[in-house]
Amino acid sequence: MSLQDILLQQLANGLILGSFYALVALGYTMVYGIIKLLNFAHGDLYMIGAFCGFLVLSLISAVVGDSWAGLLCSMVLSMIAVGLLGVLIQRIAYQPMLAAPRLSILITALAVSMILSNSVMAFTDGEFLAFSTDLGFDGVELGNVFVTYTQIVLVAAAAILMVALYLFVHKTLYGKAMRAISIDKDACRLMGINVNKIIALTFFIGTSLAAAAGIMAGSYYGSIHFFMGFVIGLKAFTAAVIGGIGSIPGAMLGGLLLGLLESYGTQIPFIGTEWKDVFSFGILILLLVFKPTGILGQTEIERM
Amino acid sequence: MALLEVKNLMLSFAGLDVIKDLSFSVENGSIASLIGPNGAGKTSVFNCLTGFYKPNDGDIIFDGNRIVRKKPHKITKHGMARTFQNLRLFKSMTVLDNVMSGMHCRTKAGPIAAVLRHGAQQREEAETKKFCQECLEFVGIPEFEDHISSNLSYGNQRRVEWARALATKPKLLLLDEPAAGLNHDEKQQLIALIKRIRDELGITILLIEHDMGLVMKVSEKITVIDYGQKIAQGNAEEVQNNPKVIEAYLGKEEEEIA
Amino acid sequence: MADISNSTSTNSAQAVKAGGLMAWLEPQQNRILVLAALAGIALALPLILNNYAMEVMSSVWFYVVLCLGLNIVVGYAGLLDLGYAAFFAVGAYTTGILTSHFGINFWLTIPVAIFFSICAGVIIGGPTLRLRSDYLAIVTLGFGEIVRIIARNLEITGGASGLIGIEKPSIMGFELNEIQHFYYVFLLLAILACFISYRLQHSRLGRAWQYVREDEDAAEAMGINRVGIKLYAYVIGAIFGGVAGCFFAAKMTAISPETFMFQQSVLILLGVVLGGMGKIPGVIIGAFALVLFPEVFRELGSMRILVFAVVMLIIMLYRPEGIWPAKK
Repeated sequence: MSLQDILLQQLANGLILGSFYALVALGYTMVYGIIKLLNFAHGDLYMIGAFCGFLVLSLISAVVGDSWAGLLCSMVLSMIAVGLLGVLIQRIAYQPMLAAPRLSILITALAVSMILSNSVMAFTDGEFLAFSTDLGFDGVELGNVFVTYTQIVLVAAAAILMVALYLFVHKTLYGKAMRAISIDKDACRLMGINVNKIIALTFFIGTSLAAAAGIMAGSYYGSIHFFMGFVIGLKAFTAAVIGGIGSIPGAMLGGLLLGLLESYGTQIPFIGTEWKDVFSFGILILLLVFKPTGILGQTEIERM
Repeated sequence: MALLEVKNLMLSFAGLDVIKDLSFSVENGSIASLIGPNGAGKTSVFNCLTGFYKPNDGDIIFDGNRIVRKKPHKITKHGMARTFQNLRLFKSMTVLDNVMSGMHCRTKAGPIAAVLRHGAQQREEAETKKFCQECLEFVGIPEFEDHISSNLSYGNQRRVEWARALATKPKLLLLDEPAAGLNHDEKQQLIALIKRIRDELGITILLIEHDMGLVMKVSEKITVIDYGQKIAQGNAEEVQNNPKVIEAYLGKEEEEIA
Repeated sequence: MADISNSTSTNSAQAVKAGGLMAWLEPQQNRILVLAALAGIALALPLILNNYAMEVMSSVWFYVVLCLGLNIVVGYAGLLDLGYAAFFAVGAYTTGILTSHFGINFWLTIPVAIFFSICAGVIIGGPTLRLRSDYLAIVTLGFGEIVRIIARNLEITGGASGLIGIEKPSIMGFELNEIQHFYYVFLLLAILACFISYRLQHSRLGRAWQYVREDEDAAEAMGINRVGIKLYAYVIGAIFGGVAGCFFAAKMTAISPETFMFQQSVLILLGVVLGGMGKIPGVIIGAFALVLFPEVFRELGSMRILVFAVVMLIIMLYRPEGIWPAKK
């Protein structure tokens, strides 16, 4: 393959990977924006999304098949189910901790993350499960590079979700309330906004986006595992920081950028795939040193 | 000689000017005040002086050092101490432990000294404790040293903040609305305390205050700001009669109130 | 004045009622008595325990060291470190590589490991401690993974299979090769760790950690360099982990990257949270629970982390001060 082909191939890979990162990073950023919590369990909700999608698909495949229609149905159902799980977690574990010291809520989030991943491990005996779908292997040829329709559809689906989210946050009253709460929760309460309802809604949306990414990743890679949320949680956080944590367009941009950086980065000599994670964490650390506010983030001003 | 000199200070947040071209100075050994209506930018000035905000432009000279854009802890070490508008005590710690925080920048013991507890470390701890007890004595609450600070009355918590600031051995003490929340008697005691700090300890004082009565009684020089700009300067009488000041405080229809 | 003395007496009366044991532990001589008794029991244990129980108890003392080290970071300075196992790995691999590849005496590897732990602590802590505390949590998590991946992929660290045949240390010709020997080594380390922790906690530095933990801005205004103070905590924690790692390598004689997974960091953190962050007796109890619980409930097997996580959640929600009661 020529250099051009490699670049094109990695562009396709990077976009897919970047879409997954972006979808997960969105939830991170939304939750952080609204209650200033790093939800460690977010990566695990992505994993739960994949398993939930797997479960729903195996239940309904007899009726709708396991092609696009089946995948779409299971995706919608799992997004709702996992979104509700996210709200439940927020209510049980995070709501009582909002006034507690920061360290306590971080440890709580860590505990939730461990509970989610280890429950799934207990149910699956820590085995990989085959996420089998019948999406076909057709595609288009661009020069020497072959891009499957699956890849195109997945990137397009991620793009649709992101555009929908953007419109929701910027064009609806709920979105306005979300942005207002992230600026001043108490003022919102005084203005008669039901803050708890909006926080719950934020968790619902953020979590269901992670679940969507989980199902898409599961069907794309063909296998799911209880530990799959761990690394992507870290990567999505990196993506959110790259874009500027708290910023929704930032998370999208950061996700795509990190996906592309990783897929091109692994082509650099001496940085093979085994160093891929070191490469992205290295980026994270450098970024936090030199530009902790990210590309689109704003500096926080604390009042004394 | 001016202990503190602020020259052409500028501060803006997201395009909004909070402090505009502000210059003033505080003479060594004086009691000075910075006053202005709500939202005039007084606390922002304090935050620039103490390093919590980074001004966009201008210069701050303190005791011969340029301190603008330096870290708060370095400025404290240069000899500037502050109290906070809303109490910021270490709530779950004892009063003495609170005051001892002030001595941190005047002492040295590191981890190795802590583990070995050699003679120098023990002497330092003893001196710290003694000096902090003296500070509590000075502000008049030595009996509370072993109490948890959040259990004290509001007035006494304020005194702990004062003792804590004094324990940094400052040259200049910045008081952010020291009279807020105090009753009449406590205010009288406060005025006496401010004077004693200057007269007995030789510490220069700059205070921000809403309570005009208190400001007029203690300060030798008053700087009035509004919308981040200096509108008047002088002693109590000059400032009180300045039409700009009256306008800033009372609005234009002052005859209605009179 | 009458008021004041009144309220103090009711306070102390309540304290006595609330916790008889805690009140009894208040005077120094009673505490020394308890400590001496406990030390006596710990020293005598090898006389009555079988080899299996000795292994478990050595492991307990080992986790006491790690948990006390992490406690300096989490409990004293209030920083969440999710990659603590990385420092443990730094120490273990330093000893492993130096003794097996270069034939260096075990005891000489300890200062080298301390040096590397300090370097790692400064490199990771230096830049991130300036930022919000949650960034530190995630960066340490990433750092933990980086160290593990590096260990997996380098030749000098033995790759995925790790290092084997690490030399057992000896003291003046006496080789430490039985479990009893290591029991005493780890007991000694645990006592040393308690001692150092105690002295640090009750010092100028210990107070500074508490100031920063309670109110960073006020601490900074009082002239405390918050980044510097946190870095001290982070680096001292790193040294504890590194030294524990050296002895771990010497006892096991073989190390592999899987020992230093994220779960290891979480387990150590759990020990700290369980007993009570910032309290030495609490952290020791936490370490005991951490090691003994899976031994007692063996049938749980791989579910133990799940059980631990649920316990951790319950503690955070209902008893954030941990098992050991809070003062007053």
